[in-house]
Amino acid sequence: MRVCKSLFNVVLVGVSLFVFAGSPSVVLAKDTIKIGEINSYTRLPAFTEPYKKGWKLAVEQINDSGGLLGRKLEVISRDDAGKPGNAVKIAEELVSKDKVSLLAGTFFSHIGLAVTDFAKHKKVLFIASEPLSDAIVWSKGNAYTFRLRPSTYVQSAMLAEEAAKLPAKRWATIAPNYAYGKDAVKAFKEVLMQLRPDVEFVGEQWPALFKIDAGSTVRAIEATKPEAIFNVTFGGDLAKFVREGSLRGLFEGREVASLLTGEPEYLDPLKGEAPIGWIVTGYPRDFIKDKAHQEYVDAYQAKYSELPKTGSLVGYNTILSIAAAIKKAGTTDRDSLLAAMKDLSFDSPSGPIVFRALDHQSTMGAWVGRTALKDGKGVMVDWRYADGADYLPGAEKVKMLRPAN
Amino acid sequence: MGFYFAQFLTGLASASSLFLVASGLSIIFGVTRIVNFAHGSFFMLGAYLAYSFVDLMPHGILGFWGSVIAASLAVGLVGVVLEVTLFRRIYKAPELFQLVATFGVVLVIQDVALWIWGAEDLFGPRAPGLDGVVRIFDEPIPEYDLMLIVLGPMVLLAVWLLFNRTRWGTLVRAATQDREMVSALGVNQNWLFTSVFFVGSTLAGLGGAVQLPREAANLLMDLNVIGEAFVVVVVGGMGSVPGAFLASVLIGELNAFGILIFPEITLVLAFLVMGIVLILRPWGLLGRPDAVLRGASGPQEEPLKELTSTSKIIVGIGVVGLFLLPLFVDDFIVVLLVDILIFTLFAASLHLIMGPGGLVSFGHAAYFGLGAYGAALGVKYLGVDMLGGLALAPIAAGLGALIFGWFCVRLSGVYLAMLTLAAAQIVWAVAFQWQDVTGGDDGLLGVWPAEWASDKQAYYYLTLTLVGAGLYFLRKIAFSPFGYALRAGRDSPLRIEALGVNLKTQQWAAFVISGIFAGFAGGLYVYSKGSIFPDELSISRSVDGLVMVLLGGIQSLLGPIIGAISFTFLEDFITRFDYWRIIFGSTILFVVVVAPQGIAGFFRTILPEKITGNRKDGGSS
Repeated sequence: MRVCKSLFNVVLVGVSLFVFAGSPSVVLAKDTIKIGEINSYTRLPAFTEPYKKGWKLAVEQINDSGGLLGRKLEVISRDDAGKPGNAVKIAEELVSKDKVSLLAGTFFSHIGLAVTDFAKHKKVLFIASEPLSDAIVWSKGNAYTFRLRPSTYVQSAMLAEEAAKLPAKRWATIAPNYAYGKDAVKAFKEVLMQLRPDVEFVGEQWPALFKIDAGSTVRAIEATKPEAIFNVTFGGDLAKFVREGSLRGLFEGREVASLLTGEPEYLDPLKGEAPIGWIVTGYPRDFIKDKAHQEYVDAYQAKYSELPKTGSLVGYNTILSIAAAIKKAGTTDRDSLLAAMKDLSFDSPSGPIVFRALDHQSTMGAWVGRTALKDGKGVMVDWRYADGADYLPGAEKVKMLRPAN
Repeated sequence: MGFYFAQFLTGLASASSLFLVASGLSIIFGVTRIVNFAHGSFFMLGAYLAYSFVDLMPHGILGFWGSVIAASLAVGLVGVVLEVTLFRRIYKAPELFQLVATFGVVLVIQDVALWIWGAEDLFGPRAPGLDGVVRIFDEPIPEYDLMLIVLGPMVLLAVWLLFNRTRWGTLVRAATQDREMVSALGVNQNWLFTSVFFVGSTLAGLGGAVQLPREAANLLMDLNVIGEAFVVVVVGGMGSVPGAFLASVLIGELNAFGILIFPEITLVLAFLVMGIVLILRPWGLLGRPDAVLRGASGPQEEPLKELTSTSKIIVGIGVVGLFLLPLFVDDFIVVLLVDILIFTLFAASLHLIMGPGGLVSFGHAAYFGLGAYGAALGVKYLGVDMLGGLALAPIAAGLGALIFGWFCVRLSGVYLAMLTLAAAQIVWAVAFQWQDVTGGDDGLLGVWPAEWASDKQAYYYLTLTLVGAGLYFLRKIAFSPFGYALRAGRDSPLRIEALGVNLKTQQWAAFVISGIFAGFAGGLYVYSKGSIFPDELSISRSVDGLVMVLLGGIQSLLGPIIGAISFTFLEDFITRFDYWRIIFGSTILFVVVVAPQGIAGFFRTILPEKITGNRKDGGSS
């Protein structure tokens, strides 16, 4: 019976929380600028929690310095549980019940796309903060959707540029078997072949996302005798791949170009076994000494007593984008905001960012460098900031990629 | 040569780790008949606990293996606690009802693990003393892999000895065959079951703990492993531990060599193997036909009853209320109601085969998704309008059900359920992989309702009318001669065959009808969301459907309706909180313990006779 009771208590607490606290939107004053935010908080907390901390910090800073247009910023944040159908339902609620001025967020590409299409259909401004899929701004791009984070294509192109400088000619690829992996391999191949027509791709591995059978996969790559490897796996798959690969000597005498591996979300968990000498895109947050970035890191550390991750920066910049757009528009009505988003430029901790009117992609970049071990943990060395603007295709190509609005 | 041998060994190592998880699941199912979705959560707990213990204990060989054993035993204790406090209370519930409880446990453990260990992946150390490689035929083989290759058969041997050479094992085997007889002979079944749960959970914990040197402990481990663990158990034959071992080796090796030829195959390989094995050997490789389950599947089901005149009035008022509701509530509530209506039809269609049909489906999402994709593909390639899309949805789903149903109805019980799951996973893999046609996991976008139905309220009325008609037809079918024959076939296959009814054809027809209505729900769903992704075909959507039906009460036609309404409504409201999964999971557990006959069944016992049509003095059940 004790269990019955404790279960009952949990339920009771749940119900009473709901009754007394009401839905979050009711509590705050009416005169705020409302932003609807949706993300996969329970499905992938490892990446969405730092992101949430990032945007919360930015909202707090903006509101402490008087808000925007004399009003406070209020973010109504909801969890989509990793289901696109839920995300659309929540978007509907945020727009029709909470009357938000715009939507932001999402991490998974397919959920980003679902909300992108919702935005187009319901004519709502949507700032896709985290999803990487190229389709969001290109093949499925629309007048109402803008994207902040550097896309799969951009980050792959950054690595391909570095890869082209290597002597290696025989490349193998390993990528999770879903759209992100496929897009990344395609973009990497395309750019590398342009720069180095003499390169050939000798093998591909497509493990199922988060279900890699690392030992067998490593052996299968070994069998194709490549000189270099392009890796797109991340998270748990990456950890397994690195451990099994180094055990079996896969990386000995081979260059590895690896997407996102320098991001603290993926590099930190590897601790002392972080790969050495891989060419990666990422975020060397402890070494960037620009004043704006330093201030941001200090504020973040003061609030959360930990270093920011890539997600934190994306979350923070998401709110900065929104704030800049509202300031530029001078109002929060949709059409003015849409107009303001085009060629919107502002300064962020990661440098100046512009939302291209051309394809609604921001020029936020990434850091490219090599991995190394320092004090028993993985870090990035020899890095440089690669501005997204230098890697995004020009007007000619975008016209082919993106449907006319 | 050396290379292939090395690949063979790698396959064996994966097989061993798969076997460790699956053996525990097989044991628990074999004895208690619980389809334990929480087994993956035990596996995850094993990995996390091992990580924490390794951190605490002195480093070195003893410390490491001590941690592994401590973690396994700790997980075993968690299993015992769950058995004693939860499962023991619901053994008498209708068959499979425990599944709902394990679903609740999964949710709770996910949040507990997040709360204790945080969101970041935890990469454990390599096993001390086994962190290098040995060269075999000049190929590097990790020492830890060799250890795993030995550990798998050792565990198999230990389990075999435990079951075949101890008194405890004899009793457990006896209980597996005939529970009533064992308890008639004076054996305390409760403790027997508890100890079986302990052994099974300990093995899951061990499986997780020994994974630590191979992968980082992470919050996705539970759901990632559970699907394949089920496949192994079923391919081997439910309850057969040697079968599970054989199946692990089969799948491990096919995987190791499959990726050399066709790397994308890893997505669906295990499920393909399961489908083929079940078609060729309906009880798995080493399984036996289902043992008789006397007293295990709960109280005898009462015959379905027509609505009493009082309840007809109540339903009538309800329908009128639903038509008037949009005049009084927020726009958003209307959107939520559309979701609820769609899932009601989905759950009711599943109930037709599960309840009256007695055929459990773990893959009903396939027909929901096929309907949605049917409509979306029609829009994309044939340029059909909304009515065309809504007409294509049930056709696509019905065709799918026609094909898969033919294979599925040849099996029974959990094997049938797993074949439906394999079918669903294959459909999912096709939708996922065939990027050129289905858009892969980027899905199909831009499937919005026609102008006249694009207003939220208009779409609500459309959905209400169609779902209402669907529910009405499903109810009519249950009370038609076909429905009576279906139920007769469920309760006594022999007699119905003797009466000259072709039971398989009957069940096949039910399968197709159920698929058609699920597809219809899928069609309505895609137009309400504007887009469709492979997620709608995935295991989690199927499980949602199962939980709705079972939670509502499988023995009542109103059950799936009540289940879908409460589930969808609850989920929508509870996901607003931070640690919502623990609240949602606990709520489900609470309902499960209070109402083991499902919500509808619960109300049938407390509502007056005028509404339920039950005679309280009947007393025979």
